Amino acid sequence: MKLQKASSFAIYAVLELAANPLRQLAGTDIAREYGISAHHLAKVLRDLGRARIVEAVRGVGGGYRLSVNPKRLTLLDVIQVFEPVGSQNDASEDPELATDAGQALRMVLDELDDHALATFQSITISTMLKLMARRPWAGSARVSKQRPRAASRR
Amino acid sequence: MYIRPAVSSDLAALMALDEEVTGIAKRKYWREVFARYEARRRLPRFFLVAEYDGRIEGFTIGEVRAWEFGEPPCGWIFVIQVRPRSRLNGVGTRLFEALCNEFRKAGVKKVRTLMARDNHLVLSFFRSQGMMAGPFTELESTLD
Repeated sequence: MKLQKASSFAIYAVLELAANPLRQLAGTDIAREYGISAHHLAKVLRDLGRARIVEAVRGVGGGYRLSVNPKRLTLLDVIQVFEPVGSQNDASEDPELATDAGQALRMVLDELDDHALATFQSITISTMLKLMARRPWAGSARVSKQRPRAASRR
Repeated sequence: MYIRPAVSSDLAALMALDEEVTGIAKRKYWREVFARYEARRRLPRFFLVAEYDGRIEGFTIGEVRAWEFGEPPCGWIFVIQVRPRSRLNGVGTRLFEALCNEFRKAGVKKVRTLMARDNHLVLSFFRSQGMMAGPFTELESTLD
């Protein structure tokens, strides 16, 4: 499964802000930390602001900070700002879906959607920070060589 | 608050707590569960309660099972329940950690549980304790 870039960038940004609750972070700093486009991240942060997940602090030392409790904010809350997840996808009314094959395929895809939804909904930003601190993937062959660096407390 | 094994005098309080959480009275079921865990204290079965100020605020049940679904021995958590008014105070975490310690003492390296996908509250709790998807997929079928 793959998320849209905007969703991934949003999750990285929210994790950075949650890991640094006492300061505001500039979008450019977060972009540099993860090696991602500052321009794209700025747009993502604006969208997160409109969704009231982050808030911009103006002035000297300004930047962004998280405006919700990371223990209550789930991955689903963040991802849904940018893309539908799970069975919300099924707006399609293609005629072939009415066939037995189409219905059977829909049933299988719905099963996958249900799992994705339950997973994203049950993992909070705090849980993600704990997961990053534990690093259970260390030594795992499935880890991408170019993964972004972990959110860190400065 | 301290965590200790359940004793027979806890049964009424445990049944009341379960009824408060689930809204369903299951007195016969709890008597049977309690008898099973009381009677086999030699087996790696654990029924723990969290007590604060003389009142039971939560409980958990688990046991070590060997070769279930072909897997080596591991600890299974069957229930963890916390009084609604006492949630977000670390009661569930203390129970979870105590049960995991019992599993470690019993020599197992893995802890597992199974729950409804739409039970977001409990699912989030176990996720926050570091639990991730295991190697199993639960399947079911309606019997015609």
